[in-house]
Amino acid sequence: MRRVRIIPVLLLKGNGLFKTIGFKTPNYIGDPINAVKIFNEKGVDEIVVLDIDASIEMRGPNFKLIEDIASECFMPMGYGGGITTMEQARKIFNLGVEKVIINSAFEKNSGLISQIAQEYGSQGVVVSIDYKKSLLGLAHVYTLGGTQKSKNNPVNQAKLAVNAGAGELFITSMDKDGTRKGYDLPMLKKITLEVNVPVIACGGGNDMEDFYRVITESGVSAVAAGSMFVYKGDIDSILINYPSQEEINKLYARL
Amino acid sequence: MSIVIVNYGLGNLAAIKNMLCKLGRESIITSDVDMISKANKIIIPGVGAFGKGMENIKNMGLLDVLNQKALKEKIPVLGICLGMQLLTSHSEEGNVNGLNWIPMQSKKFVFDTVPKPTVPHMGWADIEYKSSHWLFKGYAEQPRFYFAHSYYINYDPAFAIASVVYGFRFSCAIEYENILGVQFHPEKSHKFGLTLLHNFATRS
Repeated sequence: MRRVRIIPVLLLKGNGLFKTIGFKTPNYIGDPINAVKIFNEKGVDEIVVLDIDASIEMRGPNFKLIEDIASECFMPMGYGGGITTMEQARKIFNLGVEKVIINSAFEKNSGLISQIAQEYGSQGVVVSIDYKKSLLGLAHVYTLGGTQKSKNNPVNQAKLAVNAGAGELFITSMDKDGTRKGYDLPMLKKITLEVNVPVIACGGGNDMEDFYRVITESGVSAVAAGSMFVYKGDIDSILINYPSQEEINKLYARL
Repeated sequence: MSIVIVNYGLGNLAAIKNMLCKLGRESIITSDVDMISKANKIIIPGVGAFGKGMENIKNMGLLDVLNQKALKEKIPVLGICLGMQLLTSHSEEGNVNGLNWIPMQSKKFVFDTVPKPTVPHMGWADIEYKSSHWLFKGYAEQPRFYFAHSYYINYDPAFAIASVVYGFRFSCAIEYENILGVQFHPEKSHKFGLTLLHNFATRS
């Protein structure tokens, strides 16, 4: 049976857990440590924790909070947000985090990716790529929490990241973020055809059917979602949730 | 004396200590030769590059005490992920010699099938294991574990106590006398990892 990881994505602002729509209008969800405890009890495959303010505020990671979250994780955890130096990456690994996720720093210093890969192995370094489509339909990479437009397109960025040593790519469609309208299948497919590392799809996931479609139609190795795992029904009812092993097994049986 | 998690400057040390703590087992993360020499069980953690791992073990002056504990005193040793690969004689990662405690080799994943499986191998997998082995006792359901690696150890029934298929079958747990290694991360595999670490921690 092929097991494809289903990954809740948790967004940090300050010490709180938030969820955005299109990288905007952050909505307060609750206490991140409490949410992680619940996800841990539910036996989730992996979690991704992203500090969405760190790079914009030009500060480093909140190590204390990362440590508190990691100590509740009996599953793999990736952390991203504000990592610009090897020293910060080392510190994060030492706190019990398996993967560091680099986004904004990759454009400025791709050598950081190689350095982390050399010391911790490529499986320990993920490059995350956020992109948005222009009115003409051209996809552009954005950094600094979606505020800074880059000259690269996501497919090229993905190839550059893998060449630099990234062991995994975390691809987020900013247009789809928080919409729950399904993944950007064509873009994800373009990327998986160009790289031979695992690709995690993010942005737009709403249900198991979306997972099925993005896995089978775009060839991603893992699916990530935010809203789906923190809201039940509409945006007003916050509920930390995750599909049961029975539901997940039904999905796997179709792959 | 409690379990020593060897700190050779790499690896997710805190995660292993966390899980042992959850099991109510005391453990020490240390690179101190005296502390390691008093251990009655040793865990060699993972997450890192092979060459850097061996270089650190030598530069930190840990090689002699580790050889003493594993080969002379024959205390139970568990290598995890990179820690398992370090137990072998050699790795293609950086073309470096290992601790050479188990006569096997670590090789790079190369696939010639279409579509090619992605590398690193990342994610959860159901393993096949020797159900009679003490490391795997207590599983009521099929255990699954989290893997994250680009190098692997051949499947060889002489040393393998568990195996898994990713593109092809390879060893995901090996044993030679008192020395064991697992390719997956028990410390990040929920209840399945808890059971395995409990089995190691309570082994007399």
